[in-house]
Amino acid sequence: MNLYEQQQANRRKTWLVMLVFVAFFLFLGFGFDAFYLGAGRGAFPIASTIALGVGSVSAAVSYFSGDRAVLLSTAARPLEELQASATDADRLTLRQLENVVDEMAIASGLPRPKVYVVPDADPNAFATGRDPAHASLAVTRGLLDTLDREELQGVVAHEMSHIRNLDVRVMTIVAALAGAVALLADWAQRGMTWGGGRRRDRDDDRGGGAAGIILFAVWLVAILIAPLVAQLLAMMVSRRREYLADASGAELTRNPMGLARALEKIDAAAGPTPIVNRGTAHLCIADPLGRPMNLREGAVANLFASHPPMAARIEALRAMAFERRQP
Amino acid sequence: MALLVLLAVVALLAVWIIASYNRLVSMRNQTLNGWRQIDVQLKRRHDLIPNLVNAVRGSMDFERDTLTAVMEARAKALTAAGPADAAQKEGQLSQALGRLLAVAENYPTLKSNDNVKMLQEELSGTENKVGFARQFYNDIATSFNTAQQVFPANLFAAAFGFKPAELFEITTAAERDAPVVDLSRH
Repeated sequence: MNLYEQQQANRRKTWLVMLVFVAFFLFLGFGFDAFYLGAGRGAFPIASTIALGVGSVSAAVSYFSGDRAVLLSTAARPLEELQASATDADRLTLRQLENVVDEMAIASGLPRPKVYVVPDADPNAFATGRDPAHASLAVTRGLLDTLDREELQGVVAHEMSHIRNLDVRVMTIVAALAGAVALLADWAQRGMTWGGGRRRDRDDDRGGGAAGIILFAVWLVAILIAPLVAQLLAMMVSRRREYLADASGAELTRNPMGLARALEKIDAAAGPTPIVNRGTAHLCIADPLGRPMNLREGAVANLFASHPPMAARIEALRAMAFERRQP
Repeated sequence: MALLVLLAVVALLAVWIIASYNRLVSMRNQTLNGWRQIDVQLKRRHDLIPNLVNAVRGSMDFERDTLTAVMEARAKALTAAGPADAAQKEGQLSQALGRLLAVAENYPTLKSNDNVKMLQEELSGTENKVGFARQFYNDIATSFNTAQQVFPANLFAAAFGFKPAELFEITTAAERDAPVVDLSRH
């Protein structure tokens, strides 16, 4: 697939997973309302509403202040501050970063994000901020030391694409849904320990019949595995957004091989970037935890990874550059 | 009844034309803005060139032809008017600069000089910015043109005074070739 087809496919798949996620939440929520609270047809779904409300509030908090939190926790320093006290050789490196970010801002038609450097020797980069006007882009010192200009441009283009594709917003919605599902699962488990019998009586009173019992059984299984499924769906969205950012980044630079080479180098140097915490993993160029499952291509191992396997990403970029290796 | 249906159809048509008109206006403004962004980057490049030429002049005195070519191309580029003209003259300037940078590679004193390295970075940064501004402009200008040319917008776009935007493109075959650098003279 060329880069435009890849972008479309990834957008479509994001929405598909999101739809499944919403449907899953609604099934759990309405089931909870019906089986636990005995809400009849057409009654207001109290539990679903509260769960989604609480999930949204906590997601909204990180939506508005998450960027400051992550920049603080990674000890990221603003580029201007570093430039003021840099040696001659370092000034050149920093100026190059500044230019590359400017170039990608121009190519994407967005305002230039605030630029930060994280004092970490592992090559990695992330973007954060709720919209293009409030965006920040950070690269590690290791990234600046490892990559040449063209490769750095590829990585910055990937991060600018996260900003342009509003991935912070996408992942906030995902976090709200995941939070709501986790709450429902928690309530259901508490409910089972005290007073699990009540709802079955009520069900019988209403005369739900065999279909009702089967539905209840399915719901019960669903709520038991809900936290796992929510995590699975969230990571599915995250991986789609990574592929999408790769493809959009290639559209900005029109040079997919720059990013492909950068990913190869990052993969070769892959150590964990412990300074970046888990909450920001999905906005990094490479999984900051360096989880080994990202390096394997096993289907099961990759289900819970925030990033697709490097080899698959590089292969997709090669396809964009029409340099796919023959099998 | 027939009158009501007719009225509804006319109202829908009016709403649709207004919406298309507004969309075209906003696309036209984006295109104009895209063009101004190229201008900003071109100006940056024009301002940077005298500095670069001065920085390398001492060490590259016998490359006078290359240096003069850059300054002349710059002077010409300053007089450019409109996308097509600018594209051609800026293309020549890019070529002259490319030749200068390639030739400068042969001077070890220049290559190790921090100031020159910084200037080279500035220059490649500026070249890239011009290129990306141009890429962005061409992309939005193309979608603006497409929006005017698709049916049924093509029926009224011209009547409202919308004109296809000129693309910033390479116009002569000579520019399309990479600059030829002869390294055998040194």
